[in-house]
Amino acid sequence: MPDWRRRRRSPEDPLTPLFRFDDIHVRFGDREVIAGVDLDVEPCRITVLTGPSGSGKTTLLRLCNRLDVPTSGRLVFNGDDVASLDPLALRRRVGMVFQRPTLFGGTVRDNLAVALPGATEEAMRDVLDRVGLPTELLSSAGDTLSGGEAQRVCLARTLLTEPEVLLMDEPTSSLDAGATRVLEDLTAELVEVGLSVLWVSHDLAQVRRIACDRIVLMDGRIADSELAAEYLGR
Amino acid sequence: MTAAALTTGYVGWGGLAASLALVAVAVAISLWQRLDLERSLMWASVRAIVQLLAVGAVLAFVLSPHVPLAVSWVWVVFMVAFAAETIRRRAPEVPAARPLALASLGVASAVSLLLLFGLHIFPMDARTVVPLAGMVVGNSMTATVVAARRVVGELSDKRAEVEARLALGQPSHEAARPYVRSALRTAMISQIESTKAVGLVFLPGAMTGLILAGEQPVQAVLVQAAVMFLILGAVATTAATMALGLARRLFTSDHRLVVPVRSA
Repeated sequence: MPDWRRRRRSPEDPLTPLFRFDDIHVRFGDREVIAGVDLDVEPCRITVLTGPSGSGKTTLLRLCNRLDVPTSGRLVFNGDDVASLDPLALRRRVGMVFQRPTLFGGTVRDNLAVALPGATEEAMRDVLDRVGLPTELLSSAGDTLSGGEAQRVCLARTLLTEPEVLLMDEPTSSLDAGATRVLEDLTAELVEVGLSVLWVSHDLAQVRRIACDRIVLMDGRIADSELAAEYLGR
Repeated sequence: MTAAALTTGYVGWGGLAASLALVAVAVAISLWQRLDLERSLMWASVRAIVQLLAVGAVLAFVLSPHVPLAVSWVWVVFMVAFAAETIRRRAPEVPAARPLALASLGVASAVSLLLLFGLHIFPMDARTVVPLAGMVVGNSMTATVVAARRVVGELSDKRAEVEARLALGQPSHEAARPYVRSALRTAMISQIESTKAVGLVFLPGAMTGLILAGEQPVQAVLVQAAVMFLILGAVATTAATMALGLARRLFTSDHRLVVPVRSA
């Protein structure tokens, strides 16, 4: 099992943000989805991006592993311009769990092998154990799992690439309350051992439960403190 | 019908006119069932006669001994271009369909004809170049359209899965592979089924034509078998070229999926 702790940032380097968004704009056709975002995201914390539907939360998240790219502006990850990094290497350092559990065909073992071809049986058992799933599930077909189990397999699959950052795109929106709490607790444990998390959520109760930092987006911009307080206080 | 037609399959103008009786049967059915297809049936029949007569006239010119073989190859190029345009119209949601179809049909025609003539299966002359290229292009068109539409459909419908693969650090060609494979299987399966059913369920065109023209059945079978294998190879080549080329086109160089939104 990878030692997450070794990636904990050194105390001598407290000022470099994990991500720095510098006047980021994203336009899809005629629509400006992100309209000038300046933001520093701190490492080793759960930073929650929240806001109304269509405010640009998911797009902002997808810039971090380059599934989308900014139309203008600069995004810096750990001091490196994201545009200059190899996207495939970046995506293994910045893992992502999607809104709906997205399992590929085949068994749980097949799914884990996509993330790390040639992964040992032991590594697969360890990672399932880490997300609180019984190792017997390895041979189960993906489509026999519950939503909560499937989402935890997705998390396990992402953890196999040993990421430094987890991007969580409303990962509990299709889960029941119990499965939601399990995933939140697992994520908090991962942060305890050095991972950084950006979590998109529109569930304000969840924001209050998990967030170390809260960023409120409205119409593709970061809401000022007054608007943010009003939104979060609803 | 003339005595010649009964013995050699020769059809004269009278025979052609008589065969219109079968179109009349179709028109009668349309009228009886109020299908409102009479005009379409008649227009299709007239158009077919005019097109075939025009092609026949051009073929007669191309096949005449004083015309160089290069003219046949120019015709092949026109056939490929026309087929590419047809594919573009039949797959409007597919980006860059025309250039990809041109490349697919071009590659398939080149590979299959090179093999056929290179291995001396057929002699390379005007009599063989145009009809064999026609077989390649005509039969590959449907498979090319299916491959193109399925690749776009699969990558669009399974977008979440593809992006989950990309997010795990898979390069785009690897992330697309299961979906391209599925599209290719769909595109090729129909030709494989036809090849399996040949002789049992239907007698294919080339063989029927040769037998009607008085050729010995065994010789007709040998020609038909060679043509079927030609078509099988051509269908696989065009479908694969289209599917792989299109899959490349639907990702950016930095491995992002840019599949178009489907209209239907």
